[in-house]
Amino acid sequence: MNPLRQMTDHAGEWLRGMGPHSEIVISSRVRLARNLAGFPFVGRANRRQRYEILERCRKEITNGRLADGVIWVNLLESTPLDRQLLVERHLISRQHANASDDMPRSVAIGADETFAIMVNEEDHLRIQVLRSGMQLSEAFDQIDRIDDVLEERLDFAYSRRFGYLTACPTNVGTGIRISVMLHLPALKLTGEIDKVRRAARDMHLAVRGLFGEGSDALGDLYQISNQTTLGRSEEDIRADFEHTIVPQIIAYEQQARQALLRQRPAQLDDKVWRAWALLTHARVMGTEETLALLSHLRLGVNLGRIDTVDIRTINELFLLTQPAHLQKLTDTEMDPATRREARARLIRQRLGAR
Amino acid sequence: MKHKCDHCDRPATTHSVEIIKGQKIEKHLCDLHASEAGLVIKAAHTPINELLTNFVKLHSGAPARQEKVCEHCGMSFSDFRENSLLGCPNCYKAFEEQLSPLLERAHEGATHHLGKVPRRAGAAEHRQAQIYRMRKRLDEAVAAEDYELAARLRDDIRQFEEQS
Repeated sequence: MNPLRQMTDHAGEWLRGMGPHSEIVISSRVRLARNLAGFPFVGRANRRQRYEILERCRKEITNGRLADGVIWVNLLESTPLDRQLLVERHLISRQHANASDDMPRSVAIGADETFAIMVNEEDHLRIQVLRSGMQLSEAFDQIDRIDDVLEERLDFAYSRRFGYLTACPTNVGTGIRISVMLHLPALKLTGEIDKVRRAARDMHLAVRGLFGEGSDALGDLYQISNQTTLGRSEEDIRADFEHTIVPQIIAYEQQARQALLRQRPAQLDDKVWRAWALLTHARVMGTEETLALLSHLRLGVNLGRIDTVDIRTINELFLLTQPAHLQKLTDTEMDPATRREARARLIRQRLGAR
Repeated sequence: MKHKCDHCDRPATTHSVEIIKGQKIEKHLCDLHASEAGLVIKAAHTPINELLTNFVKLHSGAPARQEKVCEHCGMSFSDFRENSLLGCPNCYKAFEEQLSPLLERAHEGATHHLGKVPRRAGAAEHRQAQIYRMRKRLDEAVAAEDYELAARLRDDIRQFEEQS
């Protein structure tokens, strides 16, 4: 049976809409890049070595020491639609989904989808922990444990000077990438989002959209992540996010929300209720429009301007209206035009409209 | 004015003027006779992109010839320049010199790892990193003129070094 089947009718852990500051912080993610000592990096390994790396990692990941019920997905054997589904759920990267047809590669997924381990992506192992809301400490502790368990039986490439050795020198050292996904609709509406982008860049942080690169963040969702991995400890990097970066951006967004409430309450309500009207009545819906409307609706619910729907439903719709999820959910492959109709129908159903 | 080859009827493509003992001697030769006379190398034209690559290499400090290669995986530094991925863990050692400035630029001037040490990599490395970390904190305390903290850290380091 396809282990991915049951995934589609609900959102992953990171979209539960729970956790501290979940009105602004959608999810907290930590990933570690690791490579086995004694092998070339994936790009330069030969076929035999790639299979050997895959097999060694599979044994250590699926033997039950890490967690029960780990799902091992062989990406060489999965369909493009399944791979796309995993990308939409943020369980694998686009690069991992679309690698060449002869690259043996897999992903191991924890039963609750809080962790995923890509094998033979750019590095032998890309371990990630994903949680909803502002839960960086929890995510960090979990990934540290996973790393410790794997390290008991796998020798990781490591040097005293450079730390954990990675295929790309931009990840060397801790190999850690902390990403926090933030919903910043008010900063977008008040035009202050560019200031945040500039400040982030000055702090050597990367700002990306919902699915990585792309200048305009769909649904006003922004991923902020560190770029420096060498010369700072994991704890320092995490502390920066926890105590400085994220609280600061949350404060800016809250100020912008209060400013909208004080100075433009009618325009704010208009945006929120128009979004509701379109989402509950439209018959044809594109992905981008959906995300933009859901964003305004989410803002309205968080500010108490509308109570016809809860945050969790909105969060789920962010995901379930994506192309692969839509097709999995209805169990049919659809062309984009049919998808737009199905999307509008799904949204109406979930929002309790006809 | 177009010249014919000095030796045949084909158009001349190579022209040269030599002064020998005060005498000016003009030569006009076609491709064939020029290559026989040793004025032209018959090989194909150097492709322009190769020229550019060599130029870039020359000016980026990487030697154009006899490039250093990682003894484990055979990767050269120009391979790395092309796709920005290293070949194997040993590449960090093999290209340490060339990588250092790149790493400093990418990581806010950092040159050494300061984080987690895998337990299996050996206690010695762990100790080194710990001392390195303490030293960095000491530097920061001195820079911030927090001499009380600095004194305490100095004692800590001394104690730590004596212990191990």
